[in-house]
Amino acid sequence: MDPLTALLVTVITAATPLLFAAVGELVVERSGVLNLGVEGMMLAGAVTGFAVTLTTGSGTIGIIAAAFAGAAMALVFGFLTLTLLANQVATGLALTIFGVGLSALVGSGFVGTPLPRLPRLDLPGLTDLPVVGPLLFGHDVLVYLAVVLTLAVAWFLARSRAGMILRAVGENHEAAHGLGYPVIRIRYFAVLFGGLTAGLGGAFLSLAYTPMWIEQMTAGRGWIALALVVFAAWRPLRVLVGAYLFGGVTILQLHAQGMGLFAVPSQVLSMLPYLATIVVLVVISAGPWKGRLQAPACLGRPFHPTH
Amino acid sequence: MTVARLVLSGIRKAYPGVLANDDVALTIGQGEIHALLGENGAGKSTLVKIIYGVLAPDAGEIAWEGRTVTIDSPHAARALGIGMVFQHFSLFDALSVLENVALGLDAKLDRKTLAERIIEVSEAYGLPLDPHREVHELSVGERQRIEIVRCLLQSPRLLIMDEPTSVLTPQEVDRLFLTLRQLAAEGVSILYISHKLHEIEALCDAATIMRGGRVVAHCDPRTETARSMAELMVGSSFAAPEKPEKRLKRAPRFSVNALDLPTAEVFGTALREISFDVQVGEIFGIAGVAGNGQSELLAALSGERPTASESVVIDGQKIGRLGPRARRLHGLAYIPEERNGHGAVPDLTLADNALLSAYDRRGLLASGVVRHGRASAFAAEIIDRFGVRATGPAARASSLSGGNLQKFVVGREILQAPNVLIAAQPTWGVDAGAAAAIHQALIDLAGHGVAVLVVSQDLDELMALTDRMAVLNGGRLSRPLVTADATVEQIGLLMGGLHDLPDEVPHGDGQPEATHAQA
Amino acid sequence: MLRLEPRAAISHRMRWLTPLFAVALTVLTGAMLFAAMGYDPIQSLRAFFVDPLTSRYGLAELGVKATPLILIATGLAVGFRAGVWNIGAEGQLTLGALAGGSVALLFWNQEGWWILPLMGIAAVVGGMAWAAIPAFLKSRFDVNEILVSLMLTYVGLLLLSALIYGPLKSPEGFGFPESRMFSESAMLPNILEGTRLHLGAAVTALVVVVVWFLMTRTLFGFQVTVIGQAPAAARFAGFSQKAMIWTSLLLGGGLAGLAGLFEVAGPIGQIVPTISPGYGFTAIIVAFLGRLHPFGIVLAGLLVALSYLGGENAQITVGMPQAVTGVFQGMLLFFLLAADVLVRYRLRFGSPATSPKAVRS
Repeated sequence: MDPLTALLVTVITAATPLLFAAVGELVVERSGVLNLGVEGMMLAGAVTGFAVTLTTGSGTIGIIAAAFAGAAMALVFGFLTLTLLANQVATGLALTIFGVGLSALVGSGFVGTPLPRLPRLDLPGLTDLPVVGPLLFGHDVLVYLAVVLTLAVAWFLARSRAGMILRAVGENHEAAHGLGYPVIRIRYFAVLFGGLTAGLGGAFLSLAYTPMWIEQMTAGRGWIALALVVFAAWRPLRVLVGAYLFGGVTILQLHAQGMGLFAVPSQVLSMLPYLATIVVLVVISAGPWKGRLQAPACLGRPFHPTH
Repeated sequence: MTVARLVLSGIRKAYPGVLANDDVALTIGQGEIHALLGENGAGKSTLVKIIYGVLAPDAGEIAWEGRTVTIDSPHAARALGIGMVFQHFSLFDALSVLENVALGLDAKLDRKTLAERIIEVSEAYGLPLDPHREVHELSVGERQRIEIVRCLLQSPRLLIMDEPTSVLTPQEVDRLFLTLRQLAAEGVSILYISHKLHEIEALCDAATIMRGGRVVAHCDPRTETARSMAELMVGSSFAAPEKPEKRLKRAPRFSVNALDLPTAEVFGTALREISFDVQVGEIFGIAGVAGNGQSELLAALSGERPTASESVVIDGQKIGRLGPRARRLHGLAYIPEERNGHGAVPDLTLADNALLSAYDRRGLLASGVVRHGRASAFAAEIIDRFGVRATGPAARASSLSGGNLQKFVVGREILQAPNVLIAAQPTWGVDAGAAAAIHQALIDLAGHGVAVLVVSQDLDELMALTDRMAVLNGGRLSRPLVTADATVEQIGLLMGGLHDLPDEVPHGDGQPEATHAQA
Repeated sequence: MLRLEPRAAISHRMRWLTPLFAVALTVLTGAMLFAAMGYDPIQSLRAFFVDPLTSRYGLAELGVKATPLILIATGLAVGFRAGVWNIGAEGQLTLGALAGGSVALLFWNQEGWWILPLMGIAAVVGGMAWAAIPAFLKSRFDVNEILVSLMLTYVGLLLLSALIYGPLKSPEGFGFPESRMFSESAMLPNILEGTRLHLGAAVTALVVVVVWFLMTRTLFGFQVTVIGQAPAAARFAGFSQKAMIWTSLLLGGGLAGLAGLFEVAGPIGQIVPTISPGYGFTAIIVAFLGRLHPFGIVLAGLLVALSYLGGENAQITVGMPQAVTGVFQGMLLFFLLAADVLVRYRLRFGSPATSPKAVRS
């Protein structure tokens, strides 16, 4: 594998957890709910995926458990914000704080335990093709799942009737309610889906990216995923592009650190993904796209079906 | 004798503290256009939501074509053949016309078939629509067509129209009536909800009048007069506001000069070259269908969006660049259209709401520290002088009825002794008693030499109140007309965007030179 | 089925009762959690909530831990009331500690009454500078302040790491990533003999009173309330939202910066790689638990400080992992948010009295 191909392969791995988290959050936000607890749900997924894989010896069970852990966290968020109408911003923050604490508690016995990496899908012949082989084939199943999921979400939102209803709920919940659509139930589904994918993103981190458990190993990826959704103007395919761009930034700074390319402390290079996020947010909020930056009209607004 | 399409009997619906519907009965025949008439808060909306399955009644019986039914969801209503066009359209701005129609249909048609059906129906009933445009690009009238077409696609046997004309120009109203009559002739029953009496006289075969949650009368609008129906609706005879004869002085108190303002919102309207003067003691009206730049104009005039310095002038002082606080110090007062959350903060007390705009002009501050006692006293004065029904200055704004809160807001601005008062939809959603009181207060204020500007969609209100009026359309203002000489037809044409009025527009005495006639 | 029925007006009794419900539920759930983890719940709760308070030193420690929480939360609460979501206090704290601590190191081994005030100013400016970035981006370009302030927290922590492994590292420190110990003039004086309670606690108390006055007695406080509750009404009144974004972020950032300085010039005494155990985030919980009211925040700050002390104590006495503290704090905020529904709604159980079935068919 030549160095450039190797670099691109690592970009794909760095992008995958972001893609999982962002595409889930995109669906949540399209339904009109702002869940800032992505980081917490990812951590729950990461620690659960790790613990279950370690105890059962099965990566598959671990991944499924991680998805459920993320969804369980999302359920708490949903109950608070959708049923009890709690403030979505505050509840999302609480979810993250809780997720950090809970994952640290659950994971306190696992710190430093190694785990074999998830198996890669080796397709004899294909994986060995030059450049294309390592880029397209030979990843673990989660990498493909993330891409497939994103394409499926894109199709769902643009083409399916259920997707249209979900968009309608995020656009005008009063009207959707007036037409007889179950706003709260639809939002529950969206929130749970967001938890599921955030859990998968977390599992990818602890099972494939760095197969071990480290406290707060998400390192802000949940928040970057939130920024990605804004960057993508709530469009799934742009989330795909955005996640890969961010994966690129992450990997480039890692390589720059490794090769000592710049005469700056490694920490300065580590700042790059966070600074890039800010720059992207500024560009997207201030640039010529501003007018078309259409957040779902009901984003973050609680809904209580009254008279 | 055919069986009635819909018979309601003994319908009752209570909310905490309010009996919204009490023993309501209503019968609609086949092919009948039936008016449901009543003031805001009379219980019309509640009743309609019960018929459409949005709300469940506490008691009562619904019979559909002779069969007793339970309508527990809008789906159930549509399955029976009931269609509804909401007052506040249940549309989705970021979605296409096609998607909006599809969302309201229970049958699942593929996109192509649906698009064809939309075009078919819209042509058959004179409601032209392009299925592939997004809703935010459409005018209010076009948006209403989506709702109507959406209903018609399901071949309804009862069509409910909730205040359908409040957002239309008079010409669009005529157009709508043609469609409704065509439907009625085909046997569709129509329940027409309104408080506009002349429309009901012109359109409806039967009327049910509600007041305070109860049915007070069933009548035939073709034999009643507007006045008799109005008295049934309000419950007492009411007096039109007293407008003293007066001669306008040619002394502009408030001038707007070539005001240009780009739009701030994605789907907003830019203002172009707006110029007019309001004289000392004059009530000047600005008519127009919502969404033609009213909110932008009000933001520019109140100072919420500062503009070029010379474009807004009070008594010779250029104030265009100033914010609301500084403009208030120059004597400008403003009554926003929306009480809840704009003119007043619902969760705060009346004392705090008195502070909201009067902190400078009523001396409610001492070097940045709030004089709570004075704010309370000022609130009490407003309550007293304007007959606001509230428990006192400590009552929360949200505890007041719409009319009482509006009286409070109006009183708060008037008691600051302004030189210029801008009022947006001052009687919107207000009961008749409060509306009359507010109109009288505005007239009295003008009598004291204050320049009053009223921006309203309610033509009747402007006709009754103003000395001169102009029409806002697409961000441009027509030349002003003297109200006493203007006809509803003229105004309607202007509202529809026809600015080139024939030259025989009457010029009344005392009218200042028409400023700029805009094309 | 659980149903919510809106109250005619918000319940003020509930506003102050719900935090108590939340605390009670947290303690109850905590006991179940302890039992599930195989600890004796009564003994653990004692270790967590009672034992730390049984000595003079323990009470003073409560003050030491509560000081940064209260100081930061008081500043954040102003922003939260105005709808400005600064959640990057941890980064602002770090920058304040770096700026103030750098002044201490600059004048290392010098004496003078002016050193501490200068450090204080530097810390406030440092925290404000960090908060000014989201303020500028929000007011100028409408960039989401939540994401920016949070991203800047990561950047701030990395900056601390870069500096403590670089220019701030003590020349006499055998290569450990720590600065020199601050000299006497750069340390906050103790205000209670034999404990670590420092001047910062007194300053915090003063700040609380000043902010309380600002919020309840002045036009500024009124502006905060109106902007937070009804932005359109605030524009109508002539209150500037942009000015509020700046003011509230600078206030929050400045106080967080000061809190950072109080840590390095107080209990820690030098700049180290980890200055705060997440005070900047926990202060968010404190602000909400205290109902965004300065005096409420004092009570909430003391309670949450107890969870830190209790966590440390439970680790020593019963061997419980310290992460329990974070779980406790998260639960506390959850229960509070859940209980908050009671302020605006009444809970009703069973299907609505106005069910469709009431219509006979």
